[in-house]
Amino acid sequence: MTNTIAEVKKPILSINDLSIAYDKNYAVKNVSVEIKKNTVTAIMGPSGCGKSTLLRALNRMHELYENISTEGEVLLNDSNIYDMSPIKLRRHMGMVFQRPNPFPTMSIYDNVIAGYKLNGIRTKKKERDEIVERSLRDVALWDEVKDSLYKKGTFLSGGQQQRLCIARALAFSPEVILMDEPTSALDPIATSKVEDLLVKLKENYTIVLVTHNMSQAARISDYSLFMYLGELVEYGKTKNMFTNPIDPRTEEYLTGKFG
Amino acid sequence: MESIQALKNQDHSSGRLLKDKLVLIGVVILSLVTISPIMLIIFKLVMEGYRQISLDFLIQNTPDTFEAMTAVANGEKIPGGIANGIVGTLVMVVLAAVIAIPVGVLTGIYLYENQGKMMANLTRNVSDILQGVPSIVLGLISYLWVVKHVTSGYSALAGSVSLAIMMLPMIVRSTEETLKMIPQTLKEAALALGVPYHKVILRVLVPTGFSGLLTGILLGISRILGETAPLLLTALGSSRINLDISEPTSAIPLLIWEFYNDPNMIDLIWSSSLLLMAIVLILNIVSKQLAGKRN
Ligand SMILES: Nc1ncnc2c1ncn2[C@@H]1O[C@H](COP(=O)(O)OP(=O)(O)O)[C@@H](O)[C@H]1O
Ligand SMILES: [Mg+2]
Repeated sequence: MTNTIAEVKKPILSINDLSIAYDKNYAVKNVSVEIKKNTVTAIMGPSGCGKSTLLRALNRMHELYENISTEGEVLLNDSNIYDMSPIKLRRHMGMVFQRPNPFPTMSIYDNVIAGYKLNGIRTKKKERDEIVERSLRDVALWDEVKDSLYKKGTFLSGGQQQRLCIARALAFSPEVILMDEPTSALDPIATSKVEDLLVKLKENYTIVLVTHNMSQAARISDYSLFMYLGELVEYGKTKNMFTNPIDPRTEEYLTGKFG
Repeated sequence: MESIQALKNQDHSSGRLLKDKLVLIGVVILSLVTISPIMLIIFKLVMEGYRQISLDFLIQNTPDTFEAMTAVANGEKIPGGIANGIVGTLVMVVLAAVIAIPVGVLTGIYLYENQGKMMANLTRNVSDILQGVPSIVLGLISYLWVVKHVTSGYSALAGSVSLAIMMLPMIVRSTEETLKMIPQTLKEAALALGVPYHKVILRVLVPTGFSGLLTGILLGISRILGETAPLLLTALGSSRINLDISEPTSAIPLLIWEFYNDPNMIDLIWSSSLLLMAIVLILNIVSKQLAGKRN
């Protein structure tokens, strides 16, 4: 029942005919896809196929590179992100990176609230306390760090640091969280904690996750994209893709023939 | 079994062992040669200088020649101190830092942000050339700019300008190098939070590299502390404490030069040098410590 309602719901992100090139080399070619709200969508594919480029195009972080050109459009709730200010856009699109990257000069508390502090957004102390507690609870870190909020974030273990970085992205209550192989630098226990977290977070957020770990995509994603050489080869429900891949290239990748 | 094998190996390489020992002895001797000048300098300064060091030495102005001559004739300690030089050095170094730090840090940021661009490469090269300009020439430049046209006379400001130009390339370099060592991912983390670029630099990169910047600044300061030549042409010297930056002002190295030229004041050379050396050593140790913490 709930499934059918989700199906009719409007997509939160519509990627329409998106192509991205470094100089003249296309890293993403004519990708069109709709990302549904409150789902985990995995982007899979062999390394170098354009996963990170596609993900970074969603909050315009790809524009940091020089000589990049972008064609096509990405609609976030019907407005084209390439017409918005990248600064405002990024507050709606949280991002988590491959390696945990807490700010080394900041305490745990300040790391969570960094988006507000660095932007000079004024908030009351009480409001800040609430944001920090909510975000840390959301990533199941609150109980572990509530007595050491003013210690440096870099003292935490790798897995805790990554959850701190997720909390930092959640502090703005973004609509979408973009994650680029967020567990590739973590040990198996920390990885499974983050995976559990993502399944829980999709109740309130939409998650787009780049992973080259197929079993991770199978475990936690609702939808999957399979990319190959910059093209979107296949897109659909993860369950269907893993049991019944349509394109032979998807099948070869999933059965480990390349990747 | 294993230990027998080890013994055999040792046997084989006894010739090499001897060579190793010779090399080691050579290295130790050469290291001693390297550190002996600094050890001898410190030894000499302490032995000759400690007698003059007292509270008066730090808070009194330089004596005049007659006072010094009488004291020397009677075999007494020379009265007075070098307070005018200490205060002058402090004023000029602080002023030089106030001029050089903002300019140097901003230039360093500019170079970091524009890697490979023509203007940045040009700026970097010019800054490197500036580092090699003899300090007496910088003194001449400041004489022409400041002494002649700004303060119409020898002044602390003119001294500070020449010292600031000396510090500038060191700060530029250390700022750029420090920023380059900060991982790119930190910058991305801040940008992904919607932080505008200039705030990322000022609120994330600069604080993260702070100890590196500070190291460069401290090394720059310890470099200019002992400069004498440019000050001879700009600050000139003064026998009293002077806080007016448009007036001639003394400095510790200037006093050492004056003492050298006055046969009655020889004793003060050693104590002043000892003080200067101690300050420079402490600054160097502090900046090394900071740099060590970073890595
Ligand atoms: N900064 C860059 N400059 C030029 N080419 C790049 C840059 N980043 C990535 N590429 C190229 O774009 C393609 C896609 O890269 P990427 O999106 O990082 O792939 P993935 O994340 O799937 O491994 C690769 O061929 C890569 O060489
Ligand atoms: Mg990648």
